[in-house]
Amino acid sequence: MGTVVGTWIAAFLTLCIFSFLYRDNPFYRFAEHTFVGSSVAYLLIQTWYFTIYPKLVLPVLKEGFTQNYLLLIPTILGIMILTRWFPNLRRISWIPISFTVGVGVGLAITGSIQGILIPQLKATIVPIDSWNIVIMIIGVVTTISYFYFSAEHKGILGVSAKVGTIFIMIFFGATFGYTVMARISLLIGRMHFLLHNWLHLI
Amino acid sequence: MHTIIPLAITFFTSLLIIMGFFIPRAPFSDIQQTMLVWVLIISGFAALLGVDSLLRQHIKKITTRSEGWAYSLVLILTFFIVFGLGVFSGVRYGTAFSLASSFMYAYTYGIIPLQATMFSLLAFFITSAAYRAFKARSIDATFLLVAAALVIIGRVPIGGMLWSKLPVIADWILDWPSMTARRGILLGITLGVIGTSLRIMVGIERSYLR
Repeated sequence: MGTVVGTWIAAFLTLCIFSFLYRDNPFYRFAEHTFVGSSVAYLLIQTWYFTIYPKLVLPVLKEGFTQNYLLLIPTILGIMILTRWFPNLRRISWIPISFTVGVGVGLAITGSIQGILIPQLKATIVPIDSWNIVIMIIGVVTTISYFYFSAEHKGILGVSAKVGTIFIMIFFGATFGYTVMARISLLIGRMHFLLHNWLHLI
Repeated sequence: MHTIIPLAITFFTSLLIIMGFFIPRAPFSDIQQTMLVWVLIISGFAALLGVDSLLRQHIKKITTRSEGWAYSLVLILTFFIVFGLGVFSGVRYGTAFSLASSFMYAYTYGIIPLQATMFSLLAFFITSAAYRAFKARSIDATFLLVAAALVIIGRVPIGGMLWSKLPVIADWILDWPSMTARRGILLGITLGVIGTSLRIMVGIERSYLR
């Protein structure tokens, strides 16, 4: 019974969203606001069960406060961030924001170097043993040269930037095609739900 | 003057994180891990600010009977219903994420279909945008058009049925010319991220203190 009712609710909400293909209408706006409201509530519950409870509440409940007294720091910082509710106290929120930004900056620098810069350079600086490698080296160098704006794109730089544009266009086209396929597969999924799970036509 | 303490906190926090990366031994690695947990906890509190801002705005629309206030009412009601289901399921099952819970029922039959349909709707708009944008007006636009067409046709079964080489060509485009441009852009972005991060770290960029 629960599954049948759930399927009808899901089908109704799916059709409400699809009604936007005709034009903006009350059914679509109803579904849109339902989506926002329910997603925010879901996020809040998720934050409690996957962050606050296991990382802040559970350690204190299990091992006691004296074993986890350091958790008082993020708790105070968390409360400090809520001072943004009071305009004359909002500067207090700069402290936890600075801390969060500091951690983010540290992670961005180390993560970019370790996760992207070095692996991508390593994958580019390889023995030239096939035409694909030649294409790759030309593509990387010319793409980077296109984004070099400290000199006018004239002469060798102009030619290089022009070749880079072609590679960038192929990348955009391929990415677009890939995205279209991903969206179409989602559409097929929703159509399958409506025709199979709901109407039992296929 | 009042920005000195926040800027110092940013500098020393980021320095400790970087030291934790380059010196993967105690106490630096432990400090780094502890800080990451702390940021998660702070972000949990910060989520309350976002929820408050959203609810406050919609409650204002309802009380002032602004245009579309009924939809704001729908948003508020849906929020409290799903939140209530989460709390109730948590009390009843120990966790709201138990598959038998009413909270997961709302997720399965409400949020998932809404999210999937919302994204699938983009299939129509992206196709309509392609119709308008994909006109081979220049050599660059022609490369864009040909690459997109080959990837789309090459990655569906009918592409392989039309010509067995089409899927191979689509994969080659994705693996080589497309990937090289992606790598070039990625390297540029990464250098930009490092540069901007260093600016924030040393306090040149401080727009987050508002």
